[in-house]
Amino acid sequence: MMRWFKQPPPRGVLLALLAAGLAACFAIEQFGLVDDYVRFVLITLGINIILCVSLNLVNGWMGEFSVGHAGFMALGAYLSACVSVKWLGWGDPLWMFPLAVMAGGLLAGAVGLLLGLLSFKTRGDYLAIITLAFLMIVKSGIENIPYVGGPRGFLGIGNHTTLLWTAVWTVLTLWAIRNLVYSRFGRGIVAVREDEIAANAMGVDTRKAKLAAFVVSSFFGGVAGALFAHQLQFINPGVFDIVKSTEILVMVYLGGIGSLGGSILGAAAFTILAQVLQPLGTWRMVILPLILVLLMLFRPRGIMGMREFPWFVPRREFPAKEDKK
Amino acid sequence: MDYFAQQAINAVQLGSIYALIALGYSMVYGVLVMINFAHGDVFMVSSFFCFLLLLVLPVPFGAALIIVMLATAILGVAIERLAYRPLRNAPRVSAIITALGCGLVIQNTTLSLSPYSQRMPELFVPVLQHFGGVTVSSLQVLIIGVSVGLMIALDFFIRKTRYGMAMRAIAQDRISVPLMGVPVNQIIAMTFAIGAALGGAAGVLYASAYPVISATMGVLVGWKAFVAAVIGGIGNVRGAVLGAYVLGAVEVFTVTILPSTYRDLVVYSLLLVILVFKPYGLLGRPSVQKV
Amino acid sequence: MSALLEVRDVTMRFGGLVAVADLNLEVTQGHAHGIIGPNGAGKTTAFNVITGIYTPTAGDVLFRGEIISGRRPSAIARGGIARTFQNIRLFRDLTVLDNVRIAHDAHARYSWPGAMVQLPSARRAEQESIEHCTDLLEKFGLVDAAYERAGDLPYGSQRRLEIARAMALQPSLLLLDEPAAGMNSAETLKLVEFLGWLRDHFSVTMLLIEHHMQLVMTFCDRITVLDFGKTIAEGSPDEVRNDPKVIEAYLGQEDGHE
Repeated sequence: MMRWFKQPPPRGVLLALLAAGLAACFAIEQFGLVDDYVRFVLITLGINIILCVSLNLVNGWMGEFSVGHAGFMALGAYLSACVSVKWLGWGDPLWMFPLAVMAGGLLAGAVGLLLGLLSFKTRGDYLAIITLAFLMIVKSGIENIPYVGGPRGFLGIGNHTTLLWTAVWTVLTLWAIRNLVYSRFGRGIVAVREDEIAANAMGVDTRKAKLAAFVVSSFFGGVAGALFAHQLQFINPGVFDIVKSTEILVMVYLGGIGSLGGSILGAAAFTILAQVLQPLGTWRMVILPLILVLLMLFRPRGIMGMREFPWFVPRREFPAKEDKK
Repeated sequence: MDYFAQQAINAVQLGSIYALIALGYSMVYGVLVMINFAHGDVFMVSSFFCFLLLLVLPVPFGAALIIVMLATAILGVAIERLAYRPLRNAPRVSAIITALGCGLVIQNTTLSLSPYSQRMPELFVPVLQHFGGVTVSSLQVLIIGVSVGLMIALDFFIRKTRYGMAMRAIAQDRISVPLMGVPVNQIIAMTFAIGAALGGAAGVLYASAYPVISATMGVLVGWKAFVAAVIGGIGNVRGAVLGAYVLGAVEVFTVTILPSTYRDLVVYSLLLVILVFKPYGLLGRPSVQKV
Repeated sequence: MSALLEVRDVTMRFGGLVAVADLNLEVTQGHAHGIIGPNGAGKTTAFNVITGIYTPTAGDVLFRGEIISGRRPSAIARGGIARTFQNIRLFRDLTVLDNVRIAHDAHARYSWPGAMVQLPSARRAEQESIEHCTDLLEKFGLVDAAYERAGDLPYGSQRRLEIARAMALQPSLLLLDEPAAGMNSAETLKLVEFLGWLRDHFSVTMLLIEHHMQLVMTFCDRITVLDFGKTIAEGSPDEVRNDPKVIEAYLGQEDGHE
């Protein structure tokens, strides 16, 4: 979408790198190559990438402001926990866990569809309020469902989020969102941000674009929530509050809006930062929003705002070399 | 019947406090078209100001009210100057994010300094008066009286004074009003000062009525007031007051029917329903986009 | 002669303000039809009603004999009415090519789940869109700027890009809102030439709002004159030029105006 100077590597190289990465994850898992702490951080990184790139679809590419992403996480986390503990607890995690994650994502996506419908009429501030109300409703709603533990939380979730599963879902998310962004729907989503009236006048079905953005974004938010639940093995409604949403916002606006590369960068920077700031206790939650404020004041589009690493851009998007002038 | 009347008084008391906070949200929105998410936390901090003041110097209620209102006004203006003014011409989303960030900074700073709730020293010794089966405390009368007094004063200020007129002018047209010699920056700073001061008053009143204060009050109470402002029609000062009393009643009567854990669920569902069916609130007007 | 676009007794009211009152307009297939009138006469409002941004308070808009008023703007656009805006509304942060592709996308068929898993149909459509839009940009002399940010183009090129973008919709009716705004007479002459080429090359019917008399009088086949939201005259350039009501309402002020 911006100027790029380099071409992506040949397809084979990309695939080989990807395969090597997944193999490495498998090896780490199988032979215990890294200690538990590093493994935990790596899984967190993957989940954060999924969260960041999926929220970026709505907040970056589409230019809206949703603070409800933690709500979608909560939906994914709780439903997947119900599936993996209460409904299919007898199943082999090998097939049962992906099913649970999918279920979590689908629930979040379905609710995202409802929010998307609400975004037809309202934009900007009002949409932000709607997402806030959604977040509060999800949180206080879960608190009132004793079946999932109410305010005390949901205990005894299996430790199914392996490094390999996380890597697979992360790659899948990035791939799917890349494909969406570089399609007519992605361009429609960006057109909504740039100028909704002009987009409509150019035949962009802005409703469909908004729905696509909300559904895909919330689906992957739910997936991340499901992975998160099976990483921590214990969730309670208080985890999915405005602070969690803010964390994802920091990643998005730090890495850069409307950028896959930026999302990875933002998620990575945040994950490291969160670990470094761990000893500070609650002061951590002072520093994170402060970073957000400083970003808005000094670099509102983030590090990679609206730019992309050439590797994430489909080959067809580059100028053809010599054959056409 | 007595029970109902008792609850009604409680609803009016709660609604009055919400109204004072909601006014701050609504005034800022009216002038800047911006949701000042930090306002709830400004309210929260003001009750801590009051707590600290009483710890150092046990002043009477009236003096505490004025000192806290002043201190909170300064905080409000400082936030505007440092965080919002540089972004006034930036995309709207930047301003919302900044406001949210500022609120979280205030909240979590308070939380870090005071991890536990604090017990408020008694500011005012209430006298109870019985009317049939209904008990009214002089504190309730004071809270309602002070709130209504401040609201009337604000209404007068906005409608009848030069400054109020300038505020309304900026709310109408932010492009051409500065060209007519209205000092926009000062008027906006003043709006924040007044809004924050009202939030400060609410902080003192809230701390007198419910004397356990904590850092989460900004979210638990402040945001409710925000919901009230939206229900009334954000940007509309009278709408904020109306919305606050509606919300106070909804909350109080919800708890008489359902377990208290349902309160937030009901309030935020109400907000969602209002936004869907009456997006500009009870008294708000939609703005028309020019093509 | 059949009317491609027909505006029947359209009234557009905003609160107490009547922007367009009982407007009647017929645009014949193949014509270039001009709308003129003083500022505030309701010309742009008429465009916004035709393209569905506003739903008229009363009256109907018919396109190819079908009522289109009340449909969503995007549906009307896909149905064959494209437009430009008075103050250019490009997607400024996107490349020139992507600006054009967004309009071209209106005719693509693949679904969004299909796009996400890269179905071959989606891939082919993408490839086709790039080729088609590059060709289009070539015709408009913008191909060298295809990968530049639209907002970085010089003003004249932005105007041309906006027309190219509208043409990517493959419309049968093109609405131009003051295409000559901000141009000097030499540039306007070139624009007339360009519009002529556009009409012949794409055989598109045009409806244009313009203040520039010379352009309207030389280029348009028919002219409608609006004042205070009402049609005060309609006819060929010669008829309009000699209409006393027009001279009074509009041309009389022309010297001081431009």
